[in-house]
Amino acid sequence: MGGTKTASTPTNGSKGSTRSKTLLYVGLALLMIIVPVTFQAATGLGFLVRILVVVGIWVLLALGLNIVVGYAGLLDLGYIAFYAMGAYAGVLIGQSFSSVLGGATYWVMLVPAAIAGAVTGLALGFPVLRLRGDYLAIVTLGFGEIVRICLNNNIFGLTNGATGLPKGGDQLVPPFGAIWLQDHVRFDTPIGQFVFSQNLFWYFIVVLLCIIAIIVITRLDDSRLGRAWVAMRENEVAAAACGVNIMTQKLWAFSLGALSGGVAGVTFAYVQQFISPESFTFMESVFVVCIIVLGGMGSIRGVIVGALLIRGIPDLIQGLAVAGVLKLPGSAISMISGYRFLVFGLLMVIMMAVRPQGIIPSSRRARELRPDDERQLEEEDQTMWDVEHREQVSVHNP
Amino acid sequence: MSNTVLSVENVHTFYGQIEALKGISLYVDSGEIVTLIGANGAGKSTTLNTISGLLSPKAGSIKLFDEVISGLPVHKVTAKGVVQVPEGRRIFPRMTVEENLNMGAFLRNKDAAGIKESMGRVFDLFPRLKERRTQKGGTLSGGEQQMLAMGRGIMAKPKLLMLDEPSMGLAPVVVETIFETIEKLNQEGTTILLVEQNAAMALSVAHRGYVLEVGSIALEGLGTELLHNEQVRKTYLGES
Repeated sequence: MGGTKTASTPTNGSKGSTRSKTLLYVGLALLMIIVPVTFQAATGLGFLVRILVVVGIWVLLALGLNIVVGYAGLLDLGYIAFYAMGAYAGVLIGQSFSSVLGGATYWVMLVPAAIAGAVTGLALGFPVLRLRGDYLAIVTLGFGEIVRICLNNNIFGLTNGATGLPKGGDQLVPPFGAIWLQDHVRFDTPIGQFVFSQNLFWYFIVVLLCIIAIIVITRLDDSRLGRAWVAMRENEVAAAACGVNIMTQKLWAFSLGALSGGVAGVTFAYVQQFISPESFTFMESVFVVCIIVLGGMGSIRGVIVGALLIRGIPDLIQGLAVAGVLKLPGSAISMISGYRFLVFGLLMVIMMAVRPQGIIPSSRRARELRPDDERQLEEEDQTMWDVEHREQVSVHNP
Repeated sequence: MSNTVLSVENVHTFYGQIEALKGISLYVDSGEIVTLIGANGAGKSTTLNTISGLLSPKAGSIKLFDEVISGLPVHKVTAKGVVQVPEGRRIFPRMTVEENLNMGAFLRNKDAAGIKESMGRVFDLFPRLKERRTQKGGTLSGGEQQMLAMGRGIMAKPKLLMLDEPSMGLAPVVVETIFETIEKLNQEGTTILLVEQNAAMALSVAHRGYVLEVGSIALEGLGTELLHNEQVRKTYLGES
């Protein structure tokens, strides 16, 4: 961490600050390479690379949901459905074509998985996006469950029910290079033998995907679409009066978020080499929402920190315990994943009291949850739905 | 060739089962200020919302010049040039004044020079906004927010600007300023449809006016005429 700290010390003048920013990014990039490589080389710490891969996938997921929740302001509690769609589409289509595609299967499957995510997003979005806040949340929650139950019940004979995919005996083809690197790049270091494992390979793929997502989202945020989202979130009626097509903007947010979920899903499937409905429960949706709320809605850095905390820490504790670094009785290890709900619940309550805007909030969002804004928020709660469904009530009282 | 900008013919609008507009007909000619006055629940805002596309009428037609716009969604009506400044100063509280104004020009994205010019015009009309251009909308006073909402409407270069209760909740001094600006805007060529509770104020600036009573038009006439109409004076101007 030393590198990042020196780089972020404040310097005078804009020239100095851009330089320190560059230094910070270079430092971060180096850190992101050195840390997993060190883990991989050190005897007995290889499992940490695996955890980083999982965290990375969750960063991707959370970045996607952040478009929907953070930018467009739509609460989606069934986001994991898009993740599932991506995973199942990637595996099912991939298996049909793997004899032709070979090592390219994963890369090619990114496309149908992204499409499956986005199309599911649109399919859900069209009928439900006229609903507001709470109702939308409930419908999306229901949708997430429907998808999981369909998968569980072996819908169309495709998903193999609760036993999951691929079916016994079949295997997903690892991407090009993963095996070659594992077989050829290995050497001894003072801390142990370094092997360019498949986990490390996946780590770099996931980091690459996250970087692409971050670049796309940053660009979106600066675009007309991004401005329309902000306007829509702040005041739907006024945004419409400015000529923003509310429905289209919401659909964009929904499908772009779902697309990211689909990509995360197929990556998860190929990393894990196995998927089953168990990975796509309602609690997983809740986790993604937690990551965003904890990290800071609409903030990319916040989302990354949130994923590191919420996904990384329980896995880390469990991993350390399994590896024997942390001495825990066997029964405690199996309970860690149960306890995390307790801990996160508590964490959320504390956070809402102390820092409701999240750990690293976006500058605009940070202003939204301050008490002196309360009166304003009340006014803003009125959406187009209210206007359309308003009874003849007096709103003219001075 | 007529110079009628907007014509509303026999429009009926419902909230669920309740018929809020029972056959409203009105027109606005180019260069006019036309006002709709009436009591609470008379259907003034409903009329505006129906024109702007927030609500769609069950019967009747709304035409902009010779083009039917009834039933179109809000953003399309806005794109045609009918811009509503919604009731209750719906500005974007966490955007700066400049960002708010730029949102008004959302549909003019290929016209950077024109947008800049419009922005200059808004700042000429409302020097206060120029002073506060980098301030967040939510931190402005009520009057300034109303100015900002109107400025945002002007940024869209409307063929018809519809103002919904611009005096709502404002101090009398500020109301004066707002109405002076409305007159000035109109003299510069903007056609305005104005909905107001403050009937005296509205009628004093308007060329023509309509009086709404429970969903239908009870009276119509020139602004000065209505201002001196006995019934209007009794009901809406609080004279006995």
